[in-house]
Amino acid sequence: MANILELKKIATDVRIGILDAVYNAKSGHPGGALSSADLLTCLYFSELNVDPAHPEDENRDRFVLSKGHSCPGYYAVLAEKGYFNKSELTSFRHTGGLLQGHPDMKTIKGVDMSAGSLGQGFSVACGMALGAKLDGKIYRTYCILGDGESQEGQVWEAITFAAHYKLDNLCLIIDNNGLQIDGKVKDVMNIMPYSTKLKSFGWHVINIDGHNYDEILKAFEEAKTVKGKPTAIVAKTVKGKGVSFMENQAGWHGKAPNKEQYDCAIAELEEYKKSLGGK
Amino acid sequence: MADKIATREAYGNALAEFGAVYKDIVVLDADLAEATKTCIFKKKFPERFFDCGIAENNMFCVAAGLSTVGKIPFASTFAMFAAGRSFEQIRNSIGYPHLNVKICATHAGISVGEDGATHQCNEDIGLMRTIPGMVVINPSDAVEAKAAVEAVIKYQGPAYLRFGRLPISIINDSPEYKFEIGKAIKLADGVDATIVANGMMVEEALIAREMLMAEGISVAVVNMHTVKPLDTEMLLAEAQQTGAIVTSEEHNIIGGLGSAVCEALCGVCPVPVVRHGIEDVFGKSGPAKELIEHYNLNARGIVEKVKVALSMKLK
Repeated sequence: MANILELKKIATDVRIGILDAVYNAKSGHPGGALSSADLLTCLYFSELNVDPAHPEDENRDRFVLSKGHSCPGYYAVLAEKGYFNKSELTSFRHTGGLLQGHPDMKTIKGVDMSAGSLGQGFSVACGMALGAKLDGKIYRTYCILGDGESQEGQVWEAITFAAHYKLDNLCLIIDNNGLQIDGKVKDVMNIMPYSTKLKSFGWHVINIDGHNYDEILKAFEEAKTVKGKPTAIVAKTVKGKGVSFMENQAGWHGKAPNKEQYDCAIAELEEYKKSLGGK
Repeated sequence: MADKIATREAYGNALAEFGAVYKDIVVLDADLAEATKTCIFKKKFPERFFDCGIAENNMFCVAAGLSTVGKIPFASTFAMFAAGRSFEQIRNSIGYPHLNVKICATHAGISVGEDGATHQCNEDIGLMRTIPGMVVINPSDAVEAKAAVEAVIKYQGPAYLRFGRLPISIINDSPEYKFEIGKAIKLADGVDATIVANGMMVEEALIAREMLMAEGISVAVVNMHTVKPLDTEMLLAEAQQTGAIVTSEEHNIIGGLGSAVCEALCGVCPVPVVRHGIEDVFGKSGPAKELIEHYNLNARGIVEKVKVALSMKLK
C-alpha cells in the first residue's frame, strides 16, 4: 500500500492543478474535480496497474471518468503521473490546446475513453470489463460516476447489466458529493438510498469517506476479493474539497474563480501542503 | 431471379459465417435477436453473443467499451431504436472517439409493415450521416448485405448498416459484382436521366427503367449503396452525362440519400434533382406490400419522378 502522506501531497498538487486549469480556462468544473481528487490520486498512484511509458498496453487496468466534466482533476492526475507535461493544464479548454473541455481519448495520452455526456462512460466501462472476461485477461476496470449522474436512466441499465454478467472485475466508484447544478441531489431528484438500491441490484457495496485514504485504499483491496458480482464504492465526498470557500457550494459546480479567489485558493492549498511536511 | 430474401436474414447468416473467421467479432442485441437475425450467430457462437435486454443506450456504449479492448462489436436492434433512441450514445461514445463499432439496424423503413409508424424508421440515414466519420450503408439485396458486412469487418471505424424486414429479390448475382465502401455501382446506362437508388428501391429503379424505355425514355441506374462516404465522382459524371437525377429511397425525402445527392451536386453541377421516397410523413400499419403501394415506393412512383425531372431539364 502506498504511503498515505505521499498520496496526500500528490492530491494537493492535483488540486492546485485543477485550480490552474479552471482559472486559466475561465470556465470548467472545479467542484466535482475537487471532490474526486483524492479518489483519482489513490487510483493512479496506488491502485491502477498502468504505465505512462506504455499507455496502450493491452493488459493495463482501464479507467473511465464517466462524470467527464470533472476532467481538470483527471488531467492533473495524468500530468502528475507523467502522461503529458503539467504545463498543458493551463491550455485546458483553449482553442488549439491539448486538453478538451471533456476527456478525448483520441488526443490525450492516458485517457481510455472519451466521456462527458452523462451516463455513458459507465456503460463503456462495462464493455471493457466484459472484454476482459471474454479474453481471460486479468486487467480490472474502474469507473468514477457522479451521484447526480445517476439520475440518468442509462446508469441503471448499466447497473443491471454489470450484475447480470457478473462483472467482478469492474469497480464502480460513486463520487457522492450530494450536489449538482440545480442544488442538492436529494432536492433536485433524490436517488437515495444508493447503497440499498445497488445491493438489491446484486452489487457488492462498500461505503466510505471519499477523503479518507485508509478507507479508500482498503475499499480497493476489498473490491478485488469479491467474486461473482461487481463492486460499487459509494464514496461520501465534499464538493469543492480542499478550497474552503468552494466546499459544499453547488455554485462552484461549473464556475471558474476570479484572480482574487484563485490566489486565495492556491494559498490555502500551498499552506496545507506545507503542513504535510517535506518539500 | 432467385427466391426473395430479407437483408436482415443475409445479415444474420453473414455474421455466423464471418464469425468463424474473425474471432474478435462479438454480437450484442437488445432482446430482438430473433427479429434482427443475430440469433443465427448466437446459436453458433453463444460465448460471443450478449443479450443486453431492452436497454439500447447501454448496449451501444457497452459495444464502444468492447471495441476499445480489441473486439469488433456488431450491435443490433431495430433502426428506430439504434439511430433514433440511441443517437446521442452513438454520436458521443462511438462517433466522436471513432470507435470500431458496427451498428447494424434492421426493420428500417415502412416495409416493416403491420407494426406501424412507431417502428418504421424513415429518418435513420439522415441521423447517422450527420455524424462525422460514420460510414452509412443501405444494401440493395442479400448479396450486397453480406458483402457490406464483410467490408465493415475489414474497415476500421464506426459504421451504420441498414437492413430490412421484407424479403426482396436478389439483383446482385452477376459474377462481376464487387462491393466497395463508398463506390457506387452503375447498373444500367442511359442518356436522358439517372436514377440513383439504394436499399429495396434499386430493384424498383431497374423496373422503372424498363417501363420508361417502353416510352422511349432512356435512364441510367446507379446503386448508391453507401450514403456516406458518397460516391461524388460517379454522381458528378452522371449529372454531367444525363443532366437530370432522380433519387429513390425507402426513407424520408428529407435527410437521406436524396438530400446527400442534392448537397453533393448543388455546388458543382446543379442539375435538376427530384427526390423519391417517403414524403415527410409518418408511416402506418398494414402489410408491407400494401404500404409500398400506398406510399408509391415502387417503379411507378419512380417513373413519375423521372418525368418531373425531364420536364425541369427541358425548361
